[in-house]
Amino acid sequence: MAIFLNENSKVIVQGITGSEGSKHTARMLKSGTTIVGGVNPRKAGTKVEIEGQSLPVFATVAEAIAETGADVTVIFVPPKFAKDAVLEAIDAGIGLAVVITEGIPVHDSAYFWAHAVATGNKTRIIGPNCPGLISPGKSNAGIIPADITGPGKIGLVSKSGTLTYQMMYELRDIGFSSAVGIGGDPIIGTTHIDALAAFEADPETELIVMIGEIGGDAEERAAAFIQENVTKPVVGYVAGFTAPEGKTMGHAGAIVSGSAGTAQAKKEALEAAGVKVGKTPSETAALARELFAARG
Amino acid sequence: MDLYEYQAKDLFAAHGVPVLPGHVAQTAEEARDHAAALGQTVVIKAQVKTGGRGKAGGVKLAETPDEAKDKAEAILGLDIKGHITRRVLVTVASDIAEEYYFSFLLDRANRTFLAMASAEGGMEIEQLAVERPDALAKIPVDAIKGVDLATAKEIAAAAKIPAPVADQAAEVIVKLWETFVAEDATLVEVNPLVRDPQDRIIALDGKVTLDENAGFRQPAHADLVDQEAEDPLEAAAKAKDLNYVKLDGQVGIIGNGAGLVMSTLDVVAYAGEKHKGVKPANFLDIGGGASAEVMANGLHIILGDPDVKSVFVNVFGGITACDAVANGIVSALGILGDEATKPLVVRLDGNNVDEGRRILAEANHPLVTVVDTMDNAADKAAELAAAGI
Repeated sequence: MAIFLNENSKVIVQGITGSEGSKHTARMLKSGTTIVGGVNPRKAGTKVEIEGQSLPVFATVAEAIAETGADVTVIFVPPKFAKDAVLEAIDAGIGLAVVITEGIPVHDSAYFWAHAVATGNKTRIIGPNCPGLISPGKSNAGIIPADITGPGKIGLVSKSGTLTYQMMYELRDIGFSSAVGIGGDPIIGTTHIDALAAFEADPETELIVMIGEIGGDAEERAAAFIQENVTKPVVGYVAGFTAPEGKTMGHAGAIVSGSAGTAQAKKEALEAAGVKVGKTPSETAALARELFAARG
Repeated sequence: MDLYEYQAKDLFAAHGVPVLPGHVAQTAEEARDHAAALGQTVVIKAQVKTGGRGKAGGVKLAETPDEAKDKAEAILGLDIKGHITRRVLVTVASDIAEEYYFSFLLDRANRTFLAMASAEGGMEIEQLAVERPDALAKIPVDAIKGVDLATAKEIAAAAKIPAPVADQAAEVIVKLWETFVAEDATLVEVNPLVRDPQDRIIALDGKVTLDENAGFRQPAHADLVDQEAEDPLEAAAKAKDLNYVKLDGQVGIIGNGAGLVMSTLDVVAYAGEKHKGVKPANFLDIGGGASAEVMANGLHIILGDPDVKSVFVNVFGGITACDAVANGIVSALGILGDEATKPLVVRLDGNNVDEGRRILAEANHPLVTVVDTMDNAADKAAELAAAGI
């Protein structure tokens, strides 16, 4: 099973000919992902040789879907062109668009999100400014290193890339059904709640780890959702207790505004919903391990 | 990036939002000259990026140019909630009939924009939201459709703006939306938006936050950065394209990935509780590719902070391999030479970690201690910082 991405996923890469796009296409191929081609209107009709595979380059996402049956696109195009790339993916009706690009203006993200909603939410958007998602042993759409750990029964959802890697590493002996990096921008497509709902419904997932950070109230809303809808054990971690008010901490969305968006408030909301929250990543992993051992 | 009131009003004026004439002054003499040129009663307003200026004595009326000079003298240098006043805005005083509140902002939860408006302005919005929630209209804005005159009229009506000025207010709302979009703002706030005795609608104050991600299509925004008010270390880091935030502790932090670095700050602060209360000195995310040059630039910034007593390098090798990071650290210490004087605690995990640790062990640099876990490394870094105080 896994969520959003599995062994049948057929992946294309928008920006496959760029340096990031080609580097990560090679890594995705190496980890067993089925990549069926790429998109670049200026190089349409050519082929790119990556990891011993000859991948066709299409002019548009629609053409790539028509020719290959692709159902996932991973977007590496620069911020300037990202809005059009996502709009194109939505208009082509692809099922999943993973937006890796960091630095997209928030007005552009709001625009493509509104377009996705206006056209009936046919495309799940993950990101932007995210590491993508991996269903270990099945498929890897994005930049999460595939060699940290293998398939298992933990589902992970996180705003942060490196904390995703860190947590996968800490719990590498148990393994993961899927790990989803939803990104650190103020406006993102898939949220903690979307991933929690999918993990709750996924028979392979037996425990969920949720990683949040300062800014906004996504974690508070996720806590309310968990209380109402999630029966599987959830362990949480929140980064940014020491972040000063009014300063952006790396991620565009990671900012405490006045008294809103603090790590303390998020931790308290999660704990009030019955989620065990670790003080550090390793303590969080220890809590996950305990609950995993005690599961019914 | 938050703007000063005078910068926000310049943008308003450029997009047709009515504001009162005014000029910014850095000295009391300039303030007097501006007041003389305006030729009427003026208001002297401290330009600081925080609220509560009035209560702090940062807003004063002046009837003559000489009075403007005196008032400016009193306000310049004033500390308002930790912000030192370096400039004042000299602007004509307005007669106010009514005060309203208006803003456009991001609605993260609904992944769109929000208009907030109220016929009861003047007080802080947080206070209004708590005390008079019914008086504050919150209307989602479709990012594609935007705000046309019809939508603006709906917003004005929902805010209960009185009928005689509702159409005028709606026109101003459209102009504020144009400012919000054209300038790639994440916040445009007018508090108060006033109705004067002649029934004109005027933006008496202005708060604007700009999206730094939009810098590539907003070249003019670079000029709005207040170089003087920037922390010198933050400015130096920005010049090297480093993601650095100065904090007030003693343990310098370098890590890769925003989430991991935020987490590192927290873990160091916990560890510090056992070591004289030392705290993290900074946030520094060197990103995915931890090359020797980036590492050297990062260390150079951190060691330039006189408060730093130890440095914690916390890297998880995901895309970057740990051996490359280890080589980066060794070369960076070579580049820095005598400048590197503070102990370095290094924690590496992930991709090629054994090779990374081997490289550091072999280099055997007297300042470097390698610790195997994040928690233990934080403890060691805090201990070393405490010993250096």
